Amino acid sequence: MTDTTTQTAEHDIADALCEQVKKAHAKRTPLRIVGADTRAFYGRPVEGEPLNIAEHSGIVHYDPVELVVTVRAGTPISALEAALAEHNQMLAFEPPRFGAASTIGGAVATGLSGPRRPWAGAVRDFVLGSHVITQEGKLLRFGGEVMKNVAGYDMSRLMAGAQGTLGVLADISFKVLPKPTASHSLKLSLPLSDALKKLAELGRQPLPITAAAWHDGELFLRLEGGKSSINATRDRLGGEALDADFWRELRDLEHAFFTQNNDKALWRLSLPPNTPPLALDIPESDIFYDWAGSQRFVKTSLDAETLRQACQHAGGHATCYTPAAYGGAADPFTPLNPVVEKYHRNLKAELDAHGIFNPGRLYAAF
Amino acid sequence: MNIHYDERLDGELKSFEKADVLRDLQTSIPSLALLHREEDLRPFECDGLAAYRILPMLVALPETLDEVQTLLKRCNALGVPVVTRGAGTGLSGGALPIERGVLLVMSRFKQILSVDPDARMARVQPGVRNLAISEAAAPYGLYYAPDPSSQIACSIGGNVAENAGGVHCLKYGLTVHNVMRVDIVTIEGETMTLGSEALDAPGFDLLALMNGSEGMLGVVTEITVKLLPKPETAKVLMASFDDVEKAGRAVGEIIAAGIIPGGLEMMDKLAIKAAEDFVKAGYPVDAEAILLCELDGVEADVDDDCETVRAVLEKAGATDIQQARDEAERARFWAGRKNAFPAVGRMSPDYYCMDGTIPRRELPRVLKGIAALSEESGLKVANVFHAGDGNMHPLILFDANREGELELAEDVGGKILELCVAAGGSITGEHGVGREKINQMCSQFQADELTVFHALKAAFDPDRLLNPGKNIPTLARCAEFGAMHVHNNELPHPELPRF
Repeated sequence: MTDTTTQTAEHDIADALCEQVKKAHAKRTPLRIVGADTRAFYGRPVEGEPLNIAEHSGIVHYDPVELVVTVRAGTPISALEAALAEHNQMLAFEPPRFGAASTIGGAVATGLSGPRRPWAGAVRDFVLGSHVITQEGKLLRFGGEVMKNVAGYDMSRLMAGAQGTLGVLADISFKVLPKPTASHSLKLSLPLSDALKKLAELGRQPLPITAAAWHDGELFLRLEGGKSSINATRDRLGGEALDADFWRELRDLEHAFFTQNNDKALWRLSLPPNTPPLALDIPESDIFYDWAGSQRFVKTSLDAETLRQACQHAGGHATCYTPAAYGGAADPFTPLNPVVEKYHRNLKAELDAHGIFNPGRLYAAF
Repeated sequence: MNIHYDERLDGELKSFEKADVLRDLQTSIPSLALLHREEDLRPFECDGLAAYRILPMLVALPETLDEVQTLLKRCNALGVPVVTRGAGTGLSGGALPIERGVLLVMSRFKQILSVDPDARMARVQPGVRNLAISEAAAPYGLYYAPDPSSQIACSIGGNVAENAGGVHCLKYGLTVHNVMRVDIVTIEGETMTLGSEALDAPGFDLLALMNGSEGMLGVVTEITVKLLPKPETAKVLMASFDDVEKAGRAVGEIIAAGIIPGGLEMMDKLAIKAAEDFVKAGYPVDAEAILLCELDGVEADVDDDCETVRAVLEKAGATDIQQARDEAERARFWAGRKNAFPAVGRMSPDYYCMDGTIPRRELPRVLKGIAALSEESGLKVANVFHAGDGNMHPLILFDANREGELELAEDVGGKILELCVAAGGSITGEHGVGREKINQMCSQFQADELTVFHALKAAFDPDRLLNPGKNIPTLARCAEFGAMHVHNNELPHPELPRF
């Protein structure tokens, strides 16, 4: 195979973006960094002049044999995945999208990963390098297009999940992986306690599981790998075949659990592996277990404090997906402890002295 | 290069007297083991990069978190630099002491605090050896994946500091991919937890930033690592080639076939011969290159993949392909590779190990460049290569007792790294920058990028007391060494004095 560079939607507007940032920095104008604007619900609302990334799109460089792709941040995830699929490759972290236009830059900035996360790794685990627009409007390169690189601090991974508050992601290099040759999804009728026990037991074995969820009396599993092992594991686990589209619906929050009966706020609880059900007053039908139980979506009217205490007690944290304007928590992300917050503020002050990048998006104070 | 801290190039230090610092620390932390006599300091004068030796002012061997906190608080108050050291196996001089600083040795933090098989994680102290974690997890059928060649001796705290890799990185990742949480102490003596036992944590990903930060941002005091179920089986194929380029292309073909091997290593003729003489691994000494390809996972899949890889290797022109028949033969095949460094050490009084990474497609060009440098300098170079992930370890053979040969080896090494940067790679894949590659950082990064690194550092350690003179060069140093990128024909920071 040779180098592949797609011809579609090739726009490099990095210079114009740098210019806008430079001006904003000089005039201390807050910027709201926008791709396809499909992730605005995730985080606090930002008041600012829009910095539009969506037009900065296209694949800069893709070499399937190197397992590396470099892409502009405004590229739709779907376009990137289509280009990878031509070479039978994929983004292993299964980035969720919340609209057809959802961009890869937004996926990295929000740091959200799909059902394969516990087995394959998170977004940041696949980020190899980036071009970042700094507060002075300079386009700088960190990391690179190689698998291993420990020169300098890992600025690229720091940008993943920082929601644009430390700089603007312009281009991103990812490690990509071959698609598995075989895949089979199944469901088993199991009560919650049995399902969690089974997941712990299966987790200790070298099985080709790449997704595990539980909801409403059913355990859902996805197997991926070579044909021989998938067949053998399928025979061993039994159950009923499941349409693989289930995982896409779960990834993009399009499963009926998310689209129906939305009178309560939606929360995401992130918990250590093998955490038992939390002692919270939430009916089982309002909880969706993903990531073998490490990620739990709950619909609840409980207050933020109660939820967060229970999660923190278990070693995790809670994020509110419902914007405050629609009845969600005013602070969607779990507040930081004072020492950790101090270093967050220090970093923000160093990399964005005038607070122009998505101010208040993560936390009100910065 | 001049290994000593140079205030002109590395930044000014505060002035203080050794006796005053010693007295202050003895008074404020009476329980702390503190070494100060030359004969006691001597064993700590270098890490795994033994050509670089400097006696520290003092060595501290704390046993409790409290001691670490107070030590850092006092050093911060007195303006005394602190270099943190684990097992001292690092290969880039990251734990090289500073004459006017305290060497903080974490080797007494060696407890495995817990292994939780159902959550598949282990909580350990930083002085625990890498291999000891896998040994503690083995009864549960689990292991800790990153396996640097020094895993029998290196400590997990050092692994975090360097973001250590190993021969299984392509499939299982580096340290950063396998650490869930670290507890650190800041230079101000505060404790802070980064990451979480959950799969993510609120706020910035400071855990990712801490991995590979070479002790410049904080001192790691506890680590939670992810454990994986041991693969059901692992099989290894060894392919011989009469041409290095063919071997390099075969690597790409294996990946193109949709296979991610557990390990994919390449050795050139000189490395093969050295390894064979040393451990009798059964390597073909007449081959120009060999590839070792390990496939692991569920037995049935591994058998299928072995067939696919065999076909790919044949098509790529392998002159011979052997599959290890049993576990003993598999161990022997690997023993040659894992002992390649000491094996080369037997051929030459000294060797200098490089750690550049490149996109794999650039391998033939870079190997040619290395051969030319070898010929020009008269120093032999053996190549071992984590081929799957493009991480080269050229070993430059030299004799330090010959006038000027160390400097010549360093010069060749520096040029090899510049070849890697020019090929779109990096000066270090897994060994770190440390003191060793501080000048080459100037060829990999522009002044503006280094300035961002300094800003990150300032957020954690504004007075630059943690491991000064390592990892990130000052702009003054880059100006001095002239390797700094020149953009649009403008010299960056013309206001800086050039010495």
